[in-house]
Amino acid sequence: MQRRLPVFAALALALAAAAPTAAAQTFAITNAHLVTPGPVGEVENGTVIVRDGRIAAAGAAIVVPSGMRIVDARGATVTPGFVAVNTALGLVEVNSVGGSVDNRTHNSGISASFDVQYGLNPDSTLIPIARLGGITHAVVMPDYDDSDQERELPFAGKAALITLGEGAAILHRSGVAMMLELGEDGAARIGGSRAAEFVQLRQIFDLARQPPRDEYPFELSQADVAALKPVLEGTMPLIVVVHRAADIRQVLRLARDYKLKIILSGAEEAWRVADEIAAAKVPVLINPTSNIPSNFDMLGASLQNASILKAAGVDIAIGGNDGGHRVREMRYNAGLAVSRGLPYAAGIEALTLAPARIFGVADQMGSIAPGKAADIVIWDGDPLEPLTQPTAIFIAGKEQPLTSRATELGKRYAR
Amino acid sequence: MARRRARAALLGTAFAVLAGCSASAATDRPAAAPPPPAADAPQPFASTYTPRPAADTAIVGASILTGTGERIDRGTVLMASGKIVAVGANVDLPAGVRVVDGTGKWVTPGIIDAHSHLGVFAAPGVQGHADGNENIDPYTAHVWAEHSLWPQDPVFTKARAGGVTSLLILPGSANLFGGRGVSVKNVPAVTVQQMKFPGAPYTLKMACGENPKGRYGSRGRAPATRMGEVAGFRRAWIDAAEYARKLDAYEKKRARGEGGEAPKRDLGLETLAGVLKGDILVQNHCYRADEMAVMLDVGHEFGYKTRAFHHAVEAYKIADLLAKEDVCVATWATRWGFKMEAYDAIEENAAILTKAGVCVAIHSDEQRLVQRLNVESAVALAAGRRAGIDISQEEAIKWITLNPAKMMGIADRTGSLEAGKMADVVLWSRNPFSVYAIAEKVFIDGALILDTSDPATRYRSDFEIGQPVGEE
Repeated sequence: MQRRLPVFAALALALAAAAPTAAAQTFAITNAHLVTPGPVGEVENGTVIVRDGRIAAAGAAIVVPSGMRIVDARGATVTPGFVAVNTALGLVEVNSVGGSVDNRTHNSGISASFDVQYGLNPDSTLIPIARLGGITHAVVMPDYDDSDQERELPFAGKAALITLGEGAAILHRSGVAMMLELGEDGAARIGGSRAAEFVQLRQIFDLARQPPRDEYPFELSQADVAALKPVLEGTMPLIVVVHRAADIRQVLRLARDYKLKIILSGAEEAWRVADEIAAAKVPVLINPTSNIPSNFDMLGASLQNASILKAAGVDIAIGGNDGGHRVREMRYNAGLAVSRGLPYAAGIEALTLAPARIFGVADQMGSIAPGKAADIVIWDGDPLEPLTQPTAIFIAGKEQPLTSRATELGKRYAR
Repeated sequence: MARRRARAALLGTAFAVLAGCSASAATDRPAAAPPPPAADAPQPFASTYTPRPAADTAIVGASILTGTGERIDRGTVLMASGKIVAVGANVDLPAGVRVVDGTGKWVTPGIIDAHSHLGVFAAPGVQGHADGNENIDPYTAHVWAEHSLWPQDPVFTKARAGGVTSLLILPGSANLFGGRGVSVKNVPAVTVQQMKFPGAPYTLKMACGENPKGRYGSRGRAPATRMGEVAGFRRAWIDAAEYARKLDAYEKKRARGEGGEAPKRDLGLETLAGVLKGDILVQNHCYRADEMAVMLDVGHEFGYKTRAFHHAVEAYKIADLLAKEDVCVATWATRWGFKMEAYDAIEENAAILTKAGVCVAIHSDEQRLVQRLNVESAVALAAGRRAGIDISQEEAIKWITLNPAKMMGIADRTGSLEAGKMADVVLWSRNPFSVYAIAEKVFIDGALILDTSDPATRYRSDFEIGQPVGEE
């Protein structure tokens, strides 16, 4: 150890000399138009003090310690980094190239035990592209492999939370939730009917509460049943992808009966049962632009979903337009929800503090507040507007490059 | 029969024009300029579109993006008898005209989507509605999208709420020749004929790349590769040229009063011959730069012109070539990476092409995106600025108005706010490149077809009647 110390010190010095901004995670952002959920709120001429990658102070009338490096925002809007939900970032490179897709399995012995943390690729080109949308963290979720139509497959597996900061260590926390899809597509995987799918789910939960056995129905392995334990204990939330109002009611009842901590996802018809969802204190992950009656599960899909849910008191997080390549569009989706009546502050919160809260990391991220990681984005305008771009992105205080494979390609060909 | 004869009569001159591969001016007019032998015979599937009753209306005080590259602040758009009468800062209003206060708001031409599958891949997306791809054969130039189009697709209404007044409905991209597309006006209708854009030229959907070879190669038949695709195109054009020559010879004999039996009609070759003649506009789905360059050479070899490459996510790599060849590009800003040939898609595509002088459209190909082509255009604008290419809003609005109209061959009638054109007009609550902009009033041929202040104008398709649908 002693022999290695000087090497490290020299390396650190060299880094500091080469890239002082990246190495120094202690600085102040001044002249900032702070827009953040939480106690700091909106501050016209605010300051953020960052020490060792954490926010030390934020708000108006903050004194910058003398000698501290200053990032002058010149009045620009400064927000917390966005926390994306419903993503496959780090698990998917090209959708149609099977070998580059790791968010699902055809292995019939793995459903609830599928764990995305092992498939993460920190070199995915999707990560810098999402980051340029102001996204600093993402919930990475498993999906279903439906290539075998005969396979019974209730759960997709365990989700993880990743950081989008440069570097190899992108896993922030594994096992942040269990994934389950119900409704038309879910029913197709277990029983072919809603009336069967809820019976089977209850049967699975009952079995999982009993002592382990050698074999389980529905192609569940021992590992799958073990993976359900924290769900049944209420320590791991269960994300339920569901669309139809009637199905949402069934899910709320199921959650009540088994004391599950659930998160609704998709939920296009949630606006029709908004009060019941609010009363059950169940959060919802939505794409507010999902207004197409794509099947008989979501004939009521509406652009008003976000604003009606919020008005009823439901905690909502807003996602992007697919799991990977179009995650960066989540801020426009929040803007479109605002255009249809969602209060602006709620739109910002649905990209930041709400997802952090829903996935149990609101003490670490999601707002500009003392004690939290310095995940901060400086924008050249209103971050919900497509004409706006980030001008600086910090993750845990580290300044991130404003480039991606796509911008490099653009640079090569633009004249 | 009448259509075929009309084309055959024109073959000789059309070939002459196309030999030099210059832009065919004829394609901006309704097909068939000189009177065909049987001009009085009805066209099959003719448009029965009738403009709705329209009050003469003036929108005053708004910022106007004309679609011709200009912006007029506190201007007036005057519409009468379904047409644009005047656009400017100082327009005298005739007595009795209905005045809409546009103060603080924005006016644009009606939005046009040059690549849509509404009605042919209708919602709900059930198997019974999958009518966009005749994907059992790579050569289906004989099918027409209008024969699949279901006017009750509820997404037409949603597109209208996004300001969309005209669309090009295309067959899918599973086949080398997917069939004919149809231009429609976005009005509530029961039959496709009631939507058909009157006098719009036909278009032919062609597709390169992963889709056709993926569809057929995996089934053990050609094309299995990109070279197989190009060979397939070339063989088909050889057949088409021969068919066109036979028709031409027959018509010449007929014109000289000589007898002879007319060649048997072939629906597919009829369409391809229409392309060779310049009447039918080629809309070519093609992603990669190298592939587009090859397809341009296929066009040179057989004397046809590609009107637009669609999707064309790598067009930015050959911007100068596309400008030189006078080929338009219909593309996205945000979509990428869903397949290998979309891996190099960049948000800057439209800006780079526009700067190089290429006619660019932002298209949707999608049910949600068609509702916000203005936002997609804003993404493309912002990406250009980030790359140091500052396209003006006056220019960028053409991406979703005049340029798609050009691609569809209807730019002489819609796509910009100019006197004499159809009064297809949108009044926006604010600058249309804002995510918060709402199309408050949508006029089609001067008729107020959607007005957010009057819920009665929000048309519900038959499918939605009696269903628990939401507000929009």
